[in-house]
Amino acid sequence: MTKTDLATTERGRTEPSSDATGRKPASTTAATAPAVDIFEDAGGITLLADMPGVARESLDVRLDGDSLAIEGEVSLPTSEGMRAIWAEVNVPRYRRTFTLSRELDASRIEANLKDGVLSLRIPKQAHAQPRRISVQAG
Amino acid sequence: MYDAMFYRPQGLLDQLSTLHQVLTRSLAADGAPDAIRSVAAGAYPGINVGRTASSLEVYAFAPGLDAASIDVTVERGVLKIAGERQASRPGQDTRIQAYAAERPQGRFSRAISLPDDVDTAKVQARYRDGVLHVSISLQETAQPQRIQVQ
Repeated sequence: MTKTDLATTERGRTEPSSDATGRKPASTTAATAPAVDIFEDAGGITLLADMPGVARESLDVRLDGDSLAIEGEVSLPTSEGMRAIWAEVNVPRYRRTFTLSRELDASRIEANLKDGVLSLRIPKQAHAQPRRISVQAG
Repeated sequence: MYDAMFYRPQGLLDQLSTLHQVLTRSLAADGAPDAIRSVAAGAYPGINVGRTASSLEVYAFAPGLDAASIDVTVERGVLKIAGERQASRPGQDTRIQAYAAERPQGRFSRAISLPDDVDTAKVQARYRDGVLHVSISLQETAQPQRIQVQ
């Protein structure tokens, strides 16, 4: 199990030039979009993504403004002189980008990668947590 | 409010891939025959097969499983991979809202018919990073050998 502190990633990275809209041009390498499950509970959002064959070192979770990108490269234990005779997975890279909404606290995202499943927990800002409003009678 | 979290732009490639699937199905009657155990594209788990001079290597892209619960059997020349993926939804709490549920779950099973030259007594299976790697040795007589010239 691995834990990535996204806050450091966010601050420590110098991004290449942005275009007029402020968004980075999409990477040109071919990639498939991993299947995801997204759940929301009172405290935040949980995102699960299937990324089989991606090791911890080749996983990249990037935060750029309100855009959250997950990307990973597949590395398989191959034998010498192997030639493929059947391939259903033929793009060795996963990539998908999500736009976060403002009440989510991007600086406290936690990431876990286990058995090829990436799990992200995106908590809500403290002030965005649900609060029950009592209704006054009268 | 959360549209952006599950909205997936339909790029040109997505449309092409849908078109490809539709065309493949409608042309299937005239095309090459299907393998008897073939499954629809995108079935879980995806399988890649490679071959070396001494072995057949099968990779099943099956993320999120418990290694001990994967059933790998070789019987009468058919390699079968089966297992069950637990639901990812955290509990039955009705306050939990699901926005995307694309990951397959439940029982799965896939079968591959092996070539005749494999040695089914020498099979190794490992599960790492969500990929099940089954390595099957080829029979000694099927492996390349150097002949000494007298």
